[in-house]
Amino acid sequence: MTVTEDRSGAEVGRERLRKEDARLITGRTMWTENISLPGMLHLGILRSPMAHARITHVDVGPALEMSGVVEAFSGRDIADMQGAMPCVWPVTEDTVLPDYPPLAVDEVRHTGEPVAVVAARDHATAMDALEAIEIDYEPLPVVLDMEEALADGAPLVHADTGTNKCYTWVLDSAEAGTGDDVAQAEADAEIVINRRYIQQRLIPAFMEPRSVVVDPTGEQITMWSATQVPHILRLLLAMSTGVPEQKIRVIAPDVGGGFGGKLQVTPEEFIAFAAARRFGRPVKYVESRSETMLSGHHGRDQIQDVTLCARRDGTVTGISVKLLANMGAYLGIITPGIPILGAFMYGGIYKFPAYRFECSGVFTNTTKTDAYRGAGRPEATFALERAMDDLADELGMDAMEVRRRSWINHDEFPYTTSAGLTYDSGNYEAATEKAMELFGYNELRREQASRRESGDPVQLGIGISTYTEMCGLAPSRILGQLRYGAGGWETASVRMLPTGKVEVITGTSPHGQGHETAWSQIAADRLGVPFDDVEVLHGDTRTSHKGLDTYGSRSLAVGGIALVNACQKVVDKAKPIAAHLLECDPADLEFVDGQYRVKGTPGAGKTLADCALAVFTSHDMPDGVESSLDADATFDPENFSYPHGTHLCATEVDTETGRVTIRSYVAVDDVGRVVNPMIVEGQVHGGVAQGIAQALFEEAVYDADGNLLTGTFVDYTIPSSADLPDIVTDRTETPAPGHPLGSKGVGEAGTIASTPAVVNSVVDALRHLGVSDVRMPCTPERVWQAIRSAQDGAQEGGARL
Amino acid sequence: MIPTAFDYSRPTGVDEAVHALTDGGEDAKVLAGGQSLIPMLRLRFAAPSMLVDLGSVDEMRGVRDDGDALVIGAMTTHAEVLDDPLIRAQAPLIAQATATVADRQVRHMGTFGGSLAHADPAGDMPSVATALDATFEIAGPSGRRSVPASEFFVDYLTSALEPDEILVSVRVPKLAGWGTHYEKFNRVAQAWALVGVAVAIRRSNGTIDEARVALTNMSSTPVRAHGVEEALVGAPATDESMAAAGQHAAEGTEPTSDVSASADYRTHLATVLTRRALGTAAGI
Ligand SMILES: Cc1cc2nc3c(=O)[nH]c(=O)nc-3n(C[C@H](O)[C@H](O)[C@H](O)COP(=O)(O)OP(=O)(O)OC[C@H]3O[C@@H](n4cnc5c(N)ncnc54)[C@H](O)[C@@H]3O)c2cc1C
Repeated sequence: MTVTEDRSGAEVGRERLRKEDARLITGRTMWTENISLPGMLHLGILRSPMAHARITHVDVGPALEMSGVVEAFSGRDIADMQGAMPCVWPVTEDTVLPDYPPLAVDEVRHTGEPVAVVAARDHATAMDALEAIEIDYEPLPVVLDMEEALADGAPLVHADTGTNKCYTWVLDSAEAGTGDDVAQAEADAEIVINRRYIQQRLIPAFMEPRSVVVDPTGEQITMWSATQVPHILRLLLAMSTGVPEQKIRVIAPDVGGGFGGKLQVTPEEFIAFAAARRFGRPVKYVESRSETMLSGHHGRDQIQDVTLCARRDGTVTGISVKLLANMGAYLGIITPGIPILGAFMYGGIYKFPAYRFECSGVFTNTTKTDAYRGAGRPEATFALERAMDDLADELGMDAMEVRRRSWINHDEFPYTTSAGLTYDSGNYEAATEKAMELFGYNELRREQASRRESGDPVQLGIGISTYTEMCGLAPSRILGQLRYGAGGWETASVRMLPTGKVEVITGTSPHGQGHETAWSQIAADRLGVPFDDVEVLHGDTRTSHKGLDTYGSRSLAVGGIALVNACQKVVDKAKPIAAHLLECDPADLEFVDGQYRVKGTPGAGKTLADCALAVFTSHDMPDGVESSLDADATFDPENFSYPHGTHLCATEVDTETGRVTIRSYVAVDDVGRVVNPMIVEGQVHGGVAQGIAQALFEEAVYDADGNLLTGTFVDYTIPSSADLPDIVTDRTETPAPGHPLGSKGVGEAGTIASTPAVVNSVVDALRHLGVSDVRMPCTPERVWQAIRSAQDGAQEGGARL
Repeated sequence: MIPTAFDYSRPTGVDEAVHALTDGGEDAKVLAGGQSLIPMLRLRFAAPSMLVDLGSVDEMRGVRDDGDALVIGAMTTHAEVLDDPLIRAQAPLIAQATATVADRQVRHMGTFGGSLAHADPAGDMPSVATALDATFEIAGPSGRRSVPASEFFVDYLTSALEPDEILVSVRVPKLAGWGTHYEKFNRVAQAWALVGVAVAIRRSNGTIDEARVALTNMSSTPVRAHGVEEALVGAPATDESMAAAGQHAAEGTEPTSDVSASADYRTHLATVLTRRALGTAAGI
């Protein structure tokens, strides 16, 4: 791709307050929950209290007898019309795709699985009626642990598939011809380290619970849903239920957060769709927070076995990764593909000549996993950056020095990795230098040494994470090679209104990120119109008929290019009209500062608004020119977007209680050119907070019977601002060569970078005590245990933890 | 979730409230700030037939000076307690502990009396009341009675209150000249304590004359750490004696193991936190 001319004007790069914030922050907007339709029924969903059981008997009769209850049904009642939950990413030819009915019919496979539905005149009655439903279960054996699930004779989550293994996916650089052979690298290595890291299970905690309203009474069946993916939802509803696609309209009104948790088509959406069609009446379903925790998809949950081969000087020669990835009981929309999104990132910013990756997906009697901010890449980056620190420790080298030995230098781009990706741009040296300076790296190292020496009960740790990631999902061609069920293009339309105002329609689907502001800034510059003259429309398949929605830091990285291209088409279309109005040759015109002017002749020209009015009246159009300035553009990227950066974290670890306190945190990110610095900073802050949450605070825990012990925010401890440090952010700017704005994705970078920075810091604080790992989340108790076991180990003859 | 349906009454006086509670029958319950009760209703762990809301019982609000004691109305919110000059001057331990309760929003709704009546061993007020030897003033159908803190907390979420009784106020002795501290350890800022330690120490010159120590979340009720208290009497106010006394902190306690922490860890924390709390309270 070539870099197109830099047209950034007054708006791009400006710190604009977000135009959508007033309505989002005050809540004075159309959340799905706020929708009320005539005759609408409220659904309640009864959920399985068992992790694995046969449903032997369901009687919804007693619920139906209650006053205010209008309808009730079980899975058996709607078995023929409810459709099946789709998985669009079978990563191998032989990926096991178990049946996944929205409402369980014969068997339940995790606690929280929907088993029966009531529809009542109001929400409270629906809740009461759930308690009246009679249902009998015959318990079946439960399997929760991945290694146990793969052992011979393990209870099967899906008996008919004969296995708990979903797939095994391999990437080998020697076989793929993208690099050396790992076995050889291991044989030749001067030092080999083997580590096992555990990615605990996380629960996305978006602010607005998942909610859905379905109105079957019009020509189209309309579904409002708190979703990240209205376009994908419409398509999959049609494909799965057989209702023709043109008969379905999906609207994502304002949506309160997602973080991947709403990158899903949900059983609840399918159940509401089936219920509305069955009753011929509008229905609404709004989940409680407990239902989100139990049955909204979870994230992470992997066991990572990593082998790093290196020379004594610190140069890494190869990496081999064996993953077990917990699918949960069923496959969500892209469950199998999540660890594969990580498969390409185990080389990070480094030149590792040899690479091998093998991942097995495993079924267990737990809630399904799927995308959660970063999706596969935080896991990969964590294991890699932890291993780099462990290597440095083994070699007695400074952790940053080890990284320097292997990272790609700024003059080596574009660089093709042994995983087969071509990184387009970056400057790891610059970001690192800036971060070290802001952090006060050397002073902190000195303080660390003196605390160690004095035996201070509070020890200081320094954690590094030098990361890159692949985002901007995604080149369709590569998605095809990975067996993903759709493309990765994005689309935008620009409509010029007669008054010169502009409507921009995007196929992305913002749910809190601020697209309306950023898209307005871009369109304002490209069209030469004021920021306030641009309205951004999205999330309704009737206005935005085409799109692939928002996830994978793709909206600006891919959708932004579609917008720039659509704007350019408008500018091109208006040119002959401007020439006609100015009575000159189009070839003599240039478009500068929102005006078509005869080249070299400053003075009165014609604006796009002039042209829009001329087109509207069409009284005097040039011959053969269409009476419209509107334009659509669809863009399919040729490569991913590769933001990168250096995050540094200093923690104080109280060795008596195990409490970890983050003392300072520096994030220097390179996301290319920035459209709105304030939005970028917000994304980094939120991302870092979520990464810290994984490092220190959050974990979904099941008991031995498969009950979720962390089903409320009392036990699932998400941090608040009071638990988080001040985050020092800064940027370096290496423009993305494939992007007309030079921008890279930023939505996930903070989450990907921060988790290893924090855990590396905790371990660094304790290495001299014999601690070489602390499992996430590094709770005070885990840290205390790690110190204690290291001390016990030392007494028993120096064995390492 | 949504609670099951219930009847509702909002009396304006204590006697009227007791009547409403008695009339409401066995399943009637008092509603104070609702910060514990409403979550239980929403999760459907509790399904009372009637709620008697004490929000309009003005005589149960506020802090009064009563000679050698303060009398704190049960309906005084945590936020009001924090702002109260009498409390700050005469019962700083209560202010110190209240500042650690939940977050601002909860402190503006939740009440001092509610958090005692709820008798959650993980709550911060029960151990503070225990350390202070507070007295609980209770109203019921057969009149008023007083119960000492040592008898008020009976078991996990169980107090000496009968179902038809109301906690009206709590008397706490003034501790002028005492050093106090509440040391709380939790996972995230707005969470309940894994372990908490409430300490009040009276010292003259370099010697400790008297100490009162109670623990949060180390048993099914708040517990007095008598071993610590005894070890301190007459001891010099030094780091060494605080550490030595702290070693007795977990004696006789029965902490639980749950998803937040193991019993072992709680026991360890009790020792460390007690030592630290004693040091801070004693000003060393
Ligand atoms: C997010 C969150 C975090 C919290 N964190 C903490 C914390 O860190 N530390 C802490 O100590 N607490 C914490 N709490 C609890 C809070 O302090 C509550 O205010 C307190 O537990 C109950 O007080 P209330 O006024 O809300 O009582 P309610 O919830 O109204 O009532 C609680 C129980 O006490 C009974 N009751 C209340 N008042 C009386 C009375 N006068 N007479 C008889 N019975 C009565 C009720 O019937 C009910 O059974 C937290 C609560 C929330 C929601």
